[in-house]
Amino acid sequence: MIHAHDIRVRVTAIEDVAARTKRFRFEPVDGGSPPLFAGGAHITVALGDDDGAIRNPYTLSGSPQDRGGYEITVLRTTDSRGGSAFLHEQVRVGQELSISAPINLFPINFLARRHLLIAGGIGITPFLSMTEQLADLGQNFELHYAMTCSGAAPYEAQLRSRLGRRFHRYCSDRGERIDLETLLAGQPLGTHLYVCGPERLIDATIAMATSLGWPSENIHFERFAGPPPGDPFTVRLAKSGQTVTVGQHQTLLEALERAGVEPPSLCRGGACGQCELPVLSAEGELLHYDHFLSEEARAAGHSIMTCVSRLKGRELVLDF
Amino acid sequence: MPTIPPSPYKSRPVYTGLSWVAGARRHLIAAEGEGALAALDLLAAADADIKSRTTLLYTPGGSKPQGHGAKLAALLPGEAHEFPSIETLLFRLNVELTRANMSTRLYTTGTEGFLGRVVALAQSHGINPMSVVTEHRGSLARRVQCVHCKGFIEGVTTSIVPCSHCGISLFVRDHYSRRLGAFQGVIVDAEVPGDVPAAEEAYP
Repeated sequence: MIHAHDIRVRVTAIEDVAARTKRFRFEPVDGGSPPLFAGGAHITVALGDDDGAIRNPYTLSGSPQDRGGYEITVLRTTDSRGGSAFLHEQVRVGQELSISAPINLFPINFLARRHLLIAGGIGITPFLSMTEQLADLGQNFELHYAMTCSGAAPYEAQLRSRLGRRFHRYCSDRGERIDLETLLAGQPLGTHLYVCGPERLIDATIAMATSLGWPSENIHFERFAGPPPGDPFTVRLAKSGQTVTVGQHQTLLEALERAGVEPPSLCRGGACGQCELPVLSAEGELLHYDHFLSEEARAAGHSIMTCVSRLKGRELVLDF
Repeated sequence: MPTIPPSPYKSRPVYTGLSWVAGARRHLIAAEGEGALAALDLLAAADADIKSRTTLLYTPGGSKPQGHGAKLAALLPGEAHEFPSIETLLFRLNVELTRANMSTRLYTTGTEGFLGRVVALAQSHGINPMSVVTEHRGSLARRVQCVHCKGFIEGVTTSIVPCSHCGISLFVRDHYSRRLGAFQGVIVDAEVPGDVPAAEEAYP
C-alpha cells in the first residue's frame, strides 16, 4: 500500500556486505535530496508484488551527512514475512520503490556526557549512522559489537578504521561475551546506554543496568523483530461497517491499508503508540506484541496496536 | 507540615518521596533543614549493606535547634557530614558527583529552593532531573529569579516580593525553571509604577 506522503525512490546500488546481508541504496526518482535524518532513524519500505502488500521498517544505515540518498542494510531472515526475501531476491538496481520519510524512535540523547553503544549482529545498523554523527560532533562514546566472526561481519572493517580504540569486538561464535556487569558498573555519571540486537542481548543489558541502579531515563533500546504471524481473523470497523480479513502473514494495519483504509501509524514496530485503535469487542484473545501498552492497558483490552498485535479468534470490532 | 498544592503546569516538579533505588552501589543523600526527618525515615528502612554504601550531606538551615544532625550521625557513623550552609554543602556535593559513576543514585530532601539547587547541580553532571529521588520537607518558601536583573532571592514566602538586587517589585509566578531551580519573578507595577498590591503570605 502506497501512502500519500511516500517518497518515490530508485534503487541505485545493491551490495553484499556480509553473509545473507545486503546494502541497498535509494535515491529520489525526482532527483534532489531526500529529507534530513539523524542517527538512529528508520524508514518504512513498501514491499512485495502488487503495490507493496507489506510495509517493513528498516534502519537507515548510511551517514546523515550523505545528502544524495538513503541506505538500508538487510539481513535475509528465514522466518521472514517475505520482506527481506523480497528485497534480497526480487529487487534489482533501477527498480522503483515507495518509502516513508525518516522516523526516529532511537535518537541520540545530546544531554549525555558519554554514550555507550551495545550492538548484537544485524543490530549494528542504527549505530552506523549514530557513530558517524557522534564522531563528527566529537562526542565521547564507545561501541561494543557482538558478532559472528567466522564469516565477514557487517561493517567491521569500516567501524574499526573509523572508530579506532572506541570500537570493541566480541566474537560470539568463539564464546566471547560482553562483560555487561563490569562494563556497566564502571561508567561515569551522565552516560547514556543504547542497545540494539537480539531480544536476549537487549533484555540482558537492560536487566543488568537496572540491577546496578541505572535510571531508566538513561537506557535506550530498539527491538527490530518483525510482527509474528498468526491465524487469520476478521476485523470489523464500527464506523464504516467495513469488514476486512487479516491473513496469516499480514498485520492488522497492513490488512486495513490493503482495504483502502488509512489508519494512523508511524514506527511499525510496536514502539511509538501512534497506531493505537480502540477495541469495541473481541471474540477471542487479543495478542499484544507491542512495547507500548502497560500491563494494565493490555489486561483491560480496550485498545490494540495495529502494527504488530492481532486477534486469536474470530472477530475483532474496532471503533474506527 | 505544609504540602505543595497540585499545579496546573506540567513544568512544575513533583516530589514523589524518598525510597531506596535497589541495586545502586552507592547512595548519596543531600538533606536540608526538616529534610533530616525524611532522611531519618529512609535510613530506618535500610539494612547494613545499604548503609555501608551511603553518604549523607546535611545542612540544618532553620532546624538547627532540633539537633537532627546528631541523630543522622548516629545512624551513619563517619558518613554523615554536616555543613554550615547550602553553598558549602553544594560545594562538597559537586566533588562527590565528579567521582560518581552510573551506579550512584542521588536523593535529596528539604525546602523547594534547596531541592531545585541540588537537581540543577545534578543536571550539570549529566543526571536527568527525573532520576533524582526527591522529597519536599519544611516550608513552602520559594527560590525566585528576578527576570529583569537575573538575581536570585532565597526563601520567598509572599506572592509579591521586592527584588533584593535591583529593588523592582516582583510577582512570584508558578513558572518554574529546572535549569535554574527557581521560580520566575516578574515586575508587578509595569503599567502603573508604584501601584503594588499588598503581598500575601502565599508560601508559608
